[in-house]
Amino acid sequence: MELLANILISAMIAATPLLFAAIGELVAERSGVLNLSVEGMMIVGAIAGFSTVIATKSVLLALAAAIASGAVMAALFGVLALTLRANQVASGLALSMFGLGLSALWGQGYSGLSAPAFPRLFVPGLSDIPFLGKLLFGQDGLIYLSLTMVAAVAWVLDRTRLGLIVRAIGENHDAAHAIGYRVVALRYLALMFGGAMAGLGGAYLSLVQTPLWVERMTAGRGWIALALVAFAAWRPWRVLLGAYLFGGITILQLHSQALGVKIDAQLLSMLPYLATIVVLVVISRDVVKVKLTAPQCLGKPFHAAD
Amino acid sequence: MLRLEPRREPSRIMFYVTPFLAIGLTLVAGIVLFAALDKPPLPAMRLIFIEPLTSLRGVAELLVKGTPLILIAIGLAISFRGGVWNIGAEGQFAIGALAGGTVALAFYPTTGWWLLPLMSLAGMAGGAAWAAIPALLRTRFNANEILVSLMLVYVAVLLLSSLVHGALRDPDGLNFPESRLFQTSLPILIEGTRAHVGFLVGLVAVLLSWILLERHVLGFKIKVLGQAPRAARYGGFSEKGLIWFCFLVSGGCAGLAGLFEAAGPVGQLVPALPSGYGFTAIVVAFLGRLNPLGVLLAGLLLALTSIGGETAQIAMSLPSATTAVFQGMLLFFLLAADVLVNYRPRWIAQRSAAADPLARSEAPVGTMQRLPIP
Repeated sequence: MELLANILISAMIAATPLLFAAIGELVAERSGVLNLSVEGMMIVGAIAGFSTVIATKSVLLALAAAIASGAVMAALFGVLALTLRANQVASGLALSMFGLGLSALWGQGYSGLSAPAFPRLFVPGLSDIPFLGKLLFGQDGLIYLSLTMVAAVAWVLDRTRLGLIVRAIGENHDAAHAIGYRVVALRYLALMFGGAMAGLGGAYLSLVQTPLWVERMTAGRGWIALALVAFAAWRPWRVLLGAYLFGGITILQLHSQALGVKIDAQLLSMLPYLATIVVLVVISRDVVKVKLTAPQCLGKPFHAAD
Repeated sequence: MLRLEPRREPSRIMFYVTPFLAIGLTLVAGIVLFAALDKPPLPAMRLIFIEPLTSLRGVAELLVKGTPLILIAIGLAISFRGGVWNIGAEGQFAIGALAGGTVALAFYPTTGWWLLPLMSLAGMAGGAAWAAIPALLRTRFNANEILVSLMLVYVAVLLLSSLVHGALRDPDGLNFPESRLFQTSLPILIEGTRAHVGFLVGLVAVLLSWILLERHVLGFKIKVLGQAPRAARYGGFSEKGLIWFCFLVSGGCAGLAGLFEAAGPVGQLVPALPSGYGFTAIVVAFLGRLNPLGVLLAGLLLALTSIGGETAQIAMSLPSATTAVFQGMLLFFLLAADVLVNYRPRWIAQRSAAADPLARSEAPVGTMQRLPIP
């Protein structure tokens, strides 16, 4: 029972950076922008959060720094892809490389330090319930925030006017422009929300999951988050499902030794990447279905006819 | 206000000017960056861009670093021309080194003139086989090749590391994660340096790819596929066949580059063999305008910055990530400057819609109506 609770908790912790990054990217993609720089935004968020917490000892300031730096990276992507109408794939790659380089430069002198313990929720009485108490009421605040963000994004996209407009510019930007919506401005907002969430996901890695700074510590999670959005067919709740599934796969490698499975650690580390490939194959097989679920203007440049 | 006006045709001049503009902008940003890091900017620039060219050893190192960049970027340029986004060259590089290196180790301690060609073939085959995975999944299951090829980078690096820690580890060594030293290594081009014949192979690849892209019908088909996939379909070109071709060629080039790195400057298999050439080559391909000759020049330029970057690191105690930041900025500015190829920036005096009835009646217009009306 204790072991199961621990496995579930570590799966949730492994899933949360993916969840943050994927739910943000989902909003950007629903507005029609394919931002491939998630990896770069995450790693910059990770070092921004980590360096701030070392300097100020304040977790809240660290999270704010991670959110802001992720949003700035996304805005830079916007300058390339939206304002200057560069190729979105190439722009995403450029920002990913830039983010990895910048974070390594920024992170010089921070390796070897460790972040202070992240505060956990404690509800007297409830958190003491065996098994469920620890699972439901004893996690760090960011896990609850990530779940809230999924609910919020689902609600805004499906139930509000703002969500309707965001979806409209993602489905048909020319029509949305003709009605008078400011396509580029709204896409900037969607992008920057995505960047903020990716930054938060990165900070979760460097502040909570492994509270220290390691160069390239995102290790492809940004790319996995991108795959998750497609896996979820651009639906917020399915992102939650996908992220937790991946969290489970990731921690298999940690717990397999405890369970007595004898497989080379490096081969086990391949699992999340191989699982991503399998997932991509499964979801992409049906060409018609993908065409029906994906935002129609995803990745297409927009130029107002004026 | 500054507005972007679409050109009727992409500007040929701007197409060749923007790479230099991007290099200039990167230099300016670099000076600002060095000033921010409290390092004297101009001596740093001299160390990075001039110093390596002042010695024979520096020029030889330029060829050593340039060889893998040029080889990989040539393959990527062909691929990107066809709209095939092979982002996983780093993984194909690692598997190429692994496959070719395994051949070398399998024949240990036998050696002969035939061994190096055999290793090279195995390297190419290994890289191509690794690239065949995204090709198969893309053509058969419609899976996104960007994500698949990128995921395979992580898998390839882990596989190489796992084998070097295990089956391929030097049995006579001190238990370090490294293979035996190869019995055969690439012939040296310039006596007393590390410059090897791989660079000549890179030049041959430049020539062959130029013939392919500019003089052969297959290259024409690839370019049509990249620019107008629908036209390619109407033209009856096999889309799947072309995608396969792009992946196999770019994977083969990356694999060969990996084997050259293992059998050249490194001399054995080590986990750190894939050190980022596959990603830097993406910048090289774009900076070289996906053109073989451009790739050659861009490859040498980026090799220069990485050697100069290393010198500057030691001399001015700069962090090693500085070079990566430069490369990211270079691609960023190149993409930004590319707007000038398709658009013309123009200052337009802001006028209020009410004061100018013409402004309000401006309907979305086609190319014909955009002609200046006297």
